Parts: sequence; C-alpha cells; structure tokens
Amino acid sequence: MMTVIIVIIVTAINTVFGVMLALYLVRADWIGQKLKRLLNSLVDLPFAVSPVIGGLMIVLLLGPNTVIGALLEGAGFKVVYALPGMTLATLFVTFPIMVREVMPVLQEIGAQQEEAASTLGAYPWYTFWRVTWPSIRWGVIYGVVLTVARSLGEFGAVLVVSGNIINKTQTATTLVYQDVENFNVAAANGVALVLAAFSALLLLMMEWAKKRKEVH
Amino acid sequence: MHIEVRGLNKSFGDFHAVSDVSFEIEKGKLIGLLGPSGGGKTSVLRMLAGLETPTSGDILFHGKRVNDLPPQERGIGFVFQNYALFKHMTVYDNVAFGLKVKKQPKDRIRERVMSLLELTGLKGFEHRYPHQLSGGQRQRVAFARALAPEPQLLLLDEPFAAIDAKIRTELRTWLKELIDRVGITSIFVTHDQDEAIEVADEIMIMNKGRLEQKGTPWDIYKNPETPFVASFIGESTIVHDIGRIKGFEEAAVWEGTTALIRPEYIEIGKAGEIRLQSATMEGRIRQLHFRGSEWLVEVDVNGTTLKTYRSLEKEAFHPGEEVSVLVHRAYLFNERDSWMMENRLKEDPMPIHI
Repeated sequence: MMTVIIVIIVTAINTVFGVMLALYLVRADWIGQKLKRLLNSLVDLPFAVSPVIGGLMIVLLLGPNTVIGALLEGAGFKVVYALPGMTLATLFVTFPIMVREVMPVLQEIGAQQEEAASTLGAYPWYTFWRVTWPSIRWGVIYGVVLTVARSLGEFGAVLVVSGNIINKTQTATTLVYQDVENFNVAAANGVALVLAAFSALLLLMMEWAKKRKEVH
Repeated sequence: MHIEVRGLNKSFGDFHAVSDVSFEIEKGKLIGLLGPSGGGKTSVLRMLAGLETPTSGDILFHGKRVNDLPPQERGIGFVFQNYALFKHMTVYDNVAFGLKVKKQPKDRIRERVMSLLELTGLKGFEHRYPHQLSGGQRQRVAFARALAPEPQLLLLDEPFAAIDAKIRTELRTWLKELIDRVGITSIFVTHDQDEAIEVADEIMIMNKGRLEQKGTPWDIYKNPETPFVASFIGESTIVHDIGRIKGFEEAAVWEGTTALIRPEYIEIGKAGEIRLQSATMEGRIRQLHFRGSEWLVEVDVNGTTLKTYRSLEKEAFHPGEEVSVLVHRAYLFNERDSWMMENRLKEDPMPIHI
C-alpha cells in the first residue's frame, strides 16, 4: 500500500533534516538571533495551520495549473494527485515533530561536551557521532515513533493533495473514509483495525523510548 | 609553548568583553588569570583555545599566528568549569577520546591512558561512568583527558569552582605538583585570589575586559600598579582623607588623593607597646572579630575606621579601649598616578620630642 512508502520516505527525510535543523537552530553562531527566531516560529507553522489548508497550499503551489507544477509535469514528474505530492503533504504536517523533540535535548546537554571534543582534536562529523548522537539518540527515536504515528494517520492534507483516486493514490486513512462513504462498513473496519493495531504498537514504543530518554 | 597575545579585542554586540589585552607567557609557566566575575577572563581563555574568534588582535603560539586555526589544530588541552565529561562514556573512554581521534594503535592508547589514570590517582575507576564519580574525581578525569593527547598548552576554566572548600585546597596542591612534573605551559582562570596566589607562578589580573597587571604574586601584592589591583588583592581599608593619618599629612597636598591601607601596614598596641611612640596616634577600639587564628580589629582614628589584625598571643583588646595606632605605609592614588608612601615620621630621624 501507498501508506507504507509514504511513511518510510517521510520518516527518513524528517529525521535527517529535523535533526540537522535542530542542530543549526541550537548550535550555529553564524545564524543571527533574529533569523533563528524566525526559523523557529516557521517550524511551528504546520502545527498552527490546519492540515487541509496545508494540502491546499501544495495544490495551489505545485498543482498542474501553476508555473512550477506545469514545468514539473512537462518533465514527466507529476506532483499533485500522485505520490510526490502526498509525501510532500505528509512531510509538511509532520516536520515540526522531530525538531521540537530534539531541540530541548540539545539545549539541555549544552555545547560544552562538543567543545571539549573539538579541543581534543575531533572534527565535527566525528564529534556528532561519538558525542552528540549518544546523547540525543533516544530523543530522535521518540521523534521517529511520533513521526511514523502521525504520518500513518494523516488524513486531511493527503486527501486534498491525492484527489483520492481509487487504487492509485489512496492511503489507509483515505481508504477508510472511502469505504465508510460507500457504506462498506466491513472493509472500513478491517483497515481501521490494522491502523489501530499499529497505533497500539507505536504507543508502546513511545513509552519505551520515553523511559530510555529519561535515563540519560 | 611560548604564547604571545597582541591587542586582543572581543565584543558581543555592544558589550566589550575583552579590550586591548596584550601579554606574553614563557614556556613552562603556570599562569593564573584572576579577576571578578564578568571581567573577560573566560573569553580570553576561549579565544586562546579557538572556541571563540577574536574581534581583533593576534594570538601567537611559538611566534606563529594561530587566529585562523580551529581548536582541533592548536595542540591545546582545555579543562572546563563543569568538566564537560562525555556522560555516556566510561572514565577509560573519556581519557582515550583524544587518542582515538588521532587513530593511534590500541596498545599505545591503553598504555597512555593507564599511565595517566595512575598519575591522576584514578586507577581502578576506569570502568565507571562520570555520574558514579565524586566532584574531585570528575575534575581529575577532565584533567587526564585534556593531558592525554600531549598538548603544549593547558587551559583551565575555574578548575576548582565546583568543588567543596576542603578538597579544593588539596586539589590545588595536587594540580600544582602535577603541572610541575608534566612541565606544560598552563593558564587557569579563577576569581579566587588565594587560589591564584597559592598556585600560580605569575598572575594576570583582569577587570572589565582590561589586563590590569601581570607579575608574580609577590610583585603584585607589594607593588600594585592600579587602584583596582591594590583593592582586589588582599584586604584593605580605603581612606579618603589621608591628611588625618599621622605621618601622611604631606600627601593631603595633592588634590583628590585617596589612600588604601592594608591590615598588615598598621600596628596597634596599648600605650607604650609600640616603639616609635612619636609616629603613633590615638585610637579607640570599635569592634573585635575572632578570625580563628587571630583577631580582626576595627579601630577608630580621627573619625576613620581602620582594619588590622592582632595576634592571639598578645593581650586582648576590649571594645572602647584607647590604643596607639601606627600606620607604616599606605598606597596612594589619584586620577593621574598611584604610588606607595612610607610613614614620614618613621623615616625621619627621631624628631626633637624626647
């Protein structure tokens, strides 16, 4: 199903970029205070904006009737009403989660351990893996679980972007919606049950990650 | 390592943390960077380490400018105020970090780490994590970790600030011995003058981002160059009207001259106890404080209160008692100048008084 692909892509991208952005927002001196504040509030934008509006925004920006959309389509790359658009919508909705999860951890551990590593001759990449990563690891895992949960259940933004074309651009949630609309209650229940099972599993993982996070 | 700093400046926005600091440090010296909190000491240290970029000025190691070298390439060891140990690593891994970075062979690393743990008295703790150690042990781990890659310059930021008073004195002596043995050029930051005087070969005093004076502890104590240094080092009383102190009447000629008098410059005694009777003046005991090993005496002289010590061996005073007071010398300063002045009546041949 499409859901799985979307969840994997979204989680991977958001983890990498979320951690990166969190690092920049907390550590980088070369970004000015004002710019940092601006970026910081931009990160929260998806939380403030309704997912449906977020989806609509993507349609308006990248839809077939816009300049960018038309260009991309000309190149044989369909964004809206296809997988890339749906992924983009889910990315938008789940982006703040990782940043918000990792930033406080980074702030709490402070820059001193990293500075100590640099005076001992370690370059940033080595320092990140040997010093920073072990401290933020559980925060990141918690963020991953949350991102998976959110992208699995995302409905509004995806519905708008996908156009809900049967068997082509349908995710688990839009399928449930479709089935309920068609009074196909049994099918809806089945899919919903699978989603619920996943949620329960994720919830358990969340609890576990949270506990580990507090240990360090 | 020979270190030279020329016209160093650092500002954070409008705030000048360090302004126009220049100094030179010889190889193998242990230097104390002393001053009140917020005086710019830590900023100087961080710029030497390369953790902060100077706004202007040059830093030279061995006569080579290192401003543009990142901390990784400066060959320094840094001990942080809160130690900044790697929490998720054992003592062994913490100390080995700098060696692993350099990709040294395993057995060499093992050898060096074990010898450092031995040197710092941490043998048997190598498998512990930092949170299982006491403050003093953590400090020593931080120290061993900084020394492991054989740096040429050791920088210590308030190394004893987070340790309780009793262990602090022990650690101070230990640190001084260790640095002497390793023979590494070291600079440590402190706001505690006792610490600086006790440990350092030379002291640099900083205030409001400026380097006030550099010299041996004895020099600084004896010949303070600025009023700030005079009042910061040792205890003292400020006297605004120096003309009232016997033997210093001449000093009142200079407009706006203020005197700074240390407790050890003052001698007090019952009538007849002081030999130079002619130079003494009348005083009245105001208050007595027991200081454990001596009395701190506050004495009123012509409306000014002076502080001095009195040995427990001598006869004790009582508040309100009349005593003789002799001020041996005073440190005088005004806007233009500062100098030490001896009691005139002491220097002069015995006046016709007898």
